[in-house]
Amino acid sequence: MRKVTLIILGFIIWFLLVWPFDPVTKALDLESTIIGLVVAIFVGLLLGDRIPAKLSPGTVIKRIFWLIVYVPMFLWYVLLANLDVVYRVIHPDMPIHPGIVKVKTSLKSTPGRVMLANSITLTPGTLTVDITDDGYLYIHWINVKSDDIEQATHHIVSRFEPVLRRIFE
Amino acid sequence: MSSHEIVGYILICIGAVFDFFGCMGLVRLPDVYNRLQAATKCVTLGTIFILVGAAVATATPAIAIKAILCALFILITSPTGAHALARGSYLSGVKLWDKSVTNKFEQRAEEIKKSYSGEAK
Repeated sequence: MRKVTLIILGFIIWFLLVWPFDPVTKALDLESTIIGLVVAIFVGLLLGDRIPAKLSPGTVIKRIFWLIVYVPMFLWYVLLANLDVVYRVIHPDMPIHPGIVKVKTSLKSTPGRVMLANSITLTPGTLTVDITDDGYLYIHWINVKSDDIEQATHHIVSRFEPVLRRIFE
Repeated sequence: MSSHEIVGYILICIGAVFDFFGCMGLVRLPDVYNRLQAATKCVTLGTIFILVGAAVATATPAIAIKAILCALFILITSPTGAHALARGSYLSGVKLWDKSVTNKFEQRAEEIKKSYSGEAK
């Protein structure tokens, strides 16, 4: 079942990327579609057991809802991060106090941690350098407000953690 | 020029401005890690703006879908790449800027280096 899901998903993404329609006649290019399908089946059979186990429909809907909540919030912080960088770069004195701090996350699942690390990198003034198995992240912070673990966790991690926990756990 | 083209070109211009500030950050900021911050954030958003602008300006499904998918991939891969670069440069001995206030990574980096040299033997 998971393999079938991956085959369908892979084929859809391939189809959208390649868009195998003739630009003039608008006819479907059957040959490349068949090749795409064959490759999708091959990849699906090879890697199908890598995607997570089946979840109940209620959980999936709840997760998708929180994902929809998360995306605009994330994009808003990305925009703030950019304005922050622009301010620091064009300011004549360059107001930066950089350093590497350590923070703790309570997220357990790997995809959740990956998303958290990526979100931290794209949000104001922080860049993930390393993560340990027991849930500590090392963050390069362009304007260190506190090098205490608790305080830094509050500043950096706490805005994303609740939503990410609802999406991935 | 139709209205969707105007909107698209405005988005492309915004993207180019963010890319420009990202490059300015590369020149002005003092060390690898601060430069990575500027480069990752500004170039990610700038490139996404340019891709969305291209999607809006052309308004043909074949190109628009490709541009949006590329924007999504960049949003996922660019921070991952920055993280790998930062970690790699620290472990290969690039120091933080002299005026950095704190460095909690020192100890952990030593442990990682030790585990790597252990594997090499």
